[in-house]
Amino acid sequence: MTPAIARYRNILDFTLRAMLRRRGKNLLLLTLFTLVIAVFASILLFTQALRREAVLILKEAPEILIQRMVAGRHDLIPTGLAVRIESIPGVRTVAPRLWGYYFDPSANATYTLVVPPAGGIAEGKTRIGVGVGRSRKAFRGSTLSMRGYDGQEHSLEIEALLPEESELVSSDLVIISEPDFRSLFSFPAGYATDLAVTVANPQEIAMVARKITELLPDTRAITRTDIITTYQSLFDWRSGVMALIFASALISFAVFAWDRATGLSAEERRETGILKAIGWETSDILVMKFSEGAIIALVSFLGGCILAWVHLYFFWGSLFGVFLKGWSSLYPYFRLAPVIDIYQLSVLFTLTVPPYIAAILIPSWRAASMDPDTVMREQ
Amino acid sequence: MKCIRPSDALFLFLAYLLLWVILLGCDAVRRNQESRARIAMESSMVRAYGLTDLCLASEARYTRHPSQADIHAPFQDHPMALEHFPSGSLIPPPPHLTRRTLP
Repeated sequence: MTPAIARYRNILDFTLRAMLRRRGKNLLLLTLFTLVIAVFASILLFTQALRREAVLILKEAPEILIQRMVAGRHDLIPTGLAVRIESIPGVRTVAPRLWGYYFDPSANATYTLVVPPAGGIAEGKTRIGVGVGRSRKAFRGSTLSMRGYDGQEHSLEIEALLPEESELVSSDLVIISEPDFRSLFSFPAGYATDLAVTVANPQEIAMVARKITELLPDTRAITRTDIITTYQSLFDWRSGVMALIFASALISFAVFAWDRATGLSAEERRETGILKAIGWETSDILVMKFSEGAIIALVSFLGGCILAWVHLYFFWGSLFGVFLKGWSSLYPYFRLAPVIDIYQLSVLFTLTVPPYIAAILIPSWRAASMDPDTVMREQ
Repeated sequence: MKCIRPSDALFLFLAYLLLWVILLGCDAVRRNQESRARIAMESSMVRAYGLTDLCLASEARYTRHPSQADIHAPFQDHPMALEHFPSGSLIPPPPHLTRRTLP
């Protein structure tokens, strides 16, 4: 062991013993710091996981959706417009989409009814999301009855439940055939909810969308990028609101830590004076104080990140998962794929650890540079 | 009996915390591999049914399908209607509705 390392080890040993003498105060500081970091790391990691999940899943969403607007509201679109859209260079296919909402008074829940664009479901049959199955206590082979817009009961046989693992996209879905959809909602022939457009060259999506809205001024185009951006901003917004709520905790901790760091206790000042009187250099005292701050900050940071991970992936983010994910009468259960974002954790580290160490060092430097006799006589 | 130095105890404790971090990193890799099949299935469902939104909050049109919402969605009952769903206040308007366009 080189003399410099041996010297630092001795200072570190002294620092740890001094910290143990004030264990109550230091433990409180360590606990608060750990909890604050755990909360913010949880918000960052959870939001990042949600954002990534949304991007991965929605990258298969329709490239462009064309919706007709009437007096500012989304209205049914004539399927005949597909021919005009197909005439635009770059458009590959235009497919009508049939989907809508059904409020189920018995379950007090709203379902999303969807007709698969490629068909594949027989008339009189349905496939339902697990959330619908739970709310109606329905299972494969049982009948799903819905009251149509004509006042009649429409009964559909449940041929399958959509896979439980896909709840994030399918919890409230009821997949039905086109004849059943039109009959249930008295949906006029020749109309669709909206049109899904695919483009030959993905680079041209924005340009094709613009051309479509120029050709059909009473429509609006929603691109896949818009859809993904919506979810990015949604989760950013929610994590921002969440962080704002916990900002009060952060500010309280900052005030507490600042007060604790800037106002050295009489005992600590006396200790500094004695150390200088027995021959410690100012630099040794600063190394000691730096070590004290670094130990608390590092242990809190590592402990906070571990706590955040355990909270998110072993306790399903139960502290505020509901807030960040969302909820309704059809509560979707889903697990997120974890994301370790080194950049965000580095930002969290930079915003918490160095400021804390600096807050410890500055008052210690002031006390350490004073004459030891003056410091001890202050008592 | 030789007593352990406080600095040795600290290094051991930090190593213990780092071991936890490494183990949780391994856990993340494992969970990511496990979720690949699920995400692939959800993506194929989005493609097959032409879905546009995640099923997060289904109490209103604009919370179930935020990317498809009308510009005045929270006021759908009448122009002065107040937003009354809890999730509505947690969902910002989609960017394509708030994008500035030239007059």
